[in-house]
Amino acid sequence: MTIQEKQDEIIDDFSVFSDWMDKYEYIVQLGKELPLIDAQFKTDDHLIRGCQSRVWLHADYTGGLVHFTADSDAIITKGLISMVIKVLSGHTPREIMDAEIYFVDAIGLTSHLSPTRSNGLLSMLKQIKSYALALHVRENENPTT
Amino acid sequence: MEQYLQIEDIRKDFPLLDTMIYGRKLVYLDNAATTQKPVQVLDAVAHYYRTYNSNVHRGVHLLSQQATDAYEKARQTVASFLNAQHAHEVIFTRGTTESINLVAATYGRSNLQKGDSIVISAMEHHSNIVPWQMLCEEKGATLKVIPMDEHGVLRMDLLPDLLDERVKLLAVTAVSNSLATVNPIREIITLAHQKNIPVLLDAAQAVQHMPVDVQELDADFLVFSGHKIYGPTGIGVLYGKEQLMNAMPPWQGGGDMIKTVTFEKTVYNELPYKFEAGTPDIAGAIGLAAALDYVCNIGLSRIRKAEEELMQYAMGQLATVEGIRFIGEAPERAGGISFLLDGTHPFDVGELLDKQGIAVRTGHHCTQPVMDFFGIPGTVRASFSFYNTPAEIDMLVAGLNKAAVMLR
Repeated sequence: MTIQEKQDEIIDDFSVFSDWMDKYEYIVQLGKELPLIDAQFKTDDHLIRGCQSRVWLHADYTGGLVHFTADSDAIITKGLISMVIKVLSGHTPREIMDAEIYFVDAIGLTSHLSPTRSNGLLSMLKQIKSYALALHVRENENPTT
Repeated sequence: MEQYLQIEDIRKDFPLLDTMIYGRKLVYLDNAATTQKPVQVLDAVAHYYRTYNSNVHRGVHLLSQQATDAYEKARQTVASFLNAQHAHEVIFTRGTTESINLVAATYGRSNLQKGDSIVISAMEHHSNIVPWQMLCEEKGATLKVIPMDEHGVLRMDLLPDLLDERVKLLAVTAVSNSLATVNPIREIITLAHQKNIPVLLDAAQAVQHMPVDVQELDADFLVFSGHKIYGPTGIGVLYGKEQLMNAMPPWQGGGDMIKTVTFEKTVYNELPYKFEAGTPDIAGAIGLAAALDYVCNIGLSRIRKAEEELMQYAMGQLATVEGIRFIGEAPERAGGISFLLDGTHPFDVGELLDKQGIAVRTGHHCTQPVMDFFGIPGTVRASFSFYNTPAEIDMLVAGLNKAAVMLR
């Protein structure tokens, strides 16, 4: 599935909820399904500091595709990350760099992308993009790897 | 609560309390961050802008005189509210933070020398830590801290030893914003004064909850914000004893704070204008005066009783929530209750309360050292005003129970 198709699928999943609490119940559920970061990577190097919740993110690059694992101390943040990872994992650095993340807005969680919200989602997206950029640059410098 | 205040009548004064959030009735329990405004305040500000908006001081025309009168009357209202001896001991600022920075930049800078120290407490808001830290760094001075115990009570037994001859100021909060501890400020001031150390009281979380009398307390400086006592944002107060403030150099330079200006020499104005450079927040001062009138009309002693009863009820009800852990258990508290729910992150709890229409604050509440002391990432803080009702506490408890089920 393309990044766009995956986002559309999430938007579709959320369309059945009319109540906020139902939406959050689902987000919490997704948080529990987050592909967890390996303990060895749960270090300060991998820590993305949000104001209220902490997020650890690890990018694994094999066969030209990036796979992300992560964790957070807040379950709602975990749910949000889980969705972002689902959307962006398994794609090339170029695809990730170019991806426009619109599903967060579309499911009504816009406030989570506000820089003042500081729950880690925005900084995590930035971190993901910078990982992708770094991998892309590396790939172009050394095309055989 | 009804025995002290007619809550339903009072709530009618606060239009915002009637708001719907996500289709639910707003339960506003973030009063320690900012309070809602009564129509009396909204009207006073609107009336100023609609009928006599004009710049204050030196205006020869009628509107300027009216604005000046209202602005200076507001100063008098603040002075009476605090029972200050003189109105010119009241300086209008942008808020508590600016008031503290003003004292640090003037009193602090002119009195602190290398090797001196400033004493604060372990439960200060960042705004009563950082300005002193910056000053100490600049001067090569030391910031000393009165420790607290695991209940969130200051270790008063350790205070006398901290107050040596190198201490130039003691800056302490009257009421903790994150733990709600009511500090023994009389005792603190007495101990400090025995060593001739002036005391700055951060009353940002105190003046809206209990009567505060600067003469009775013998406070040297006292600071608070308008918006936490039902007034507008952007206006605050620095009270300082006349003698201390006369000796202090001015802070910001500009209009209003001068008597005469030549390119060679400026002669500064007298109190209070010396510390009010530029056009002040006229509307804010007028709004603040309306807020203080409103509060005094109800009566702070009645407010204290009503809020104490509400706090007692809240603590009793919250204690029924499974796995709740209170942060800050001082015997005397005011304003709010900080807590954690076992197995949940405060951020998650706050988010789910929000979606149920309940506004609380989560995080470190600008008191990171307090969170570090308790070894926690933050708390959920529900903070109350006299306009809150037991029914709203019940909704908080129900909301918490629902959040706990979802999060655990």
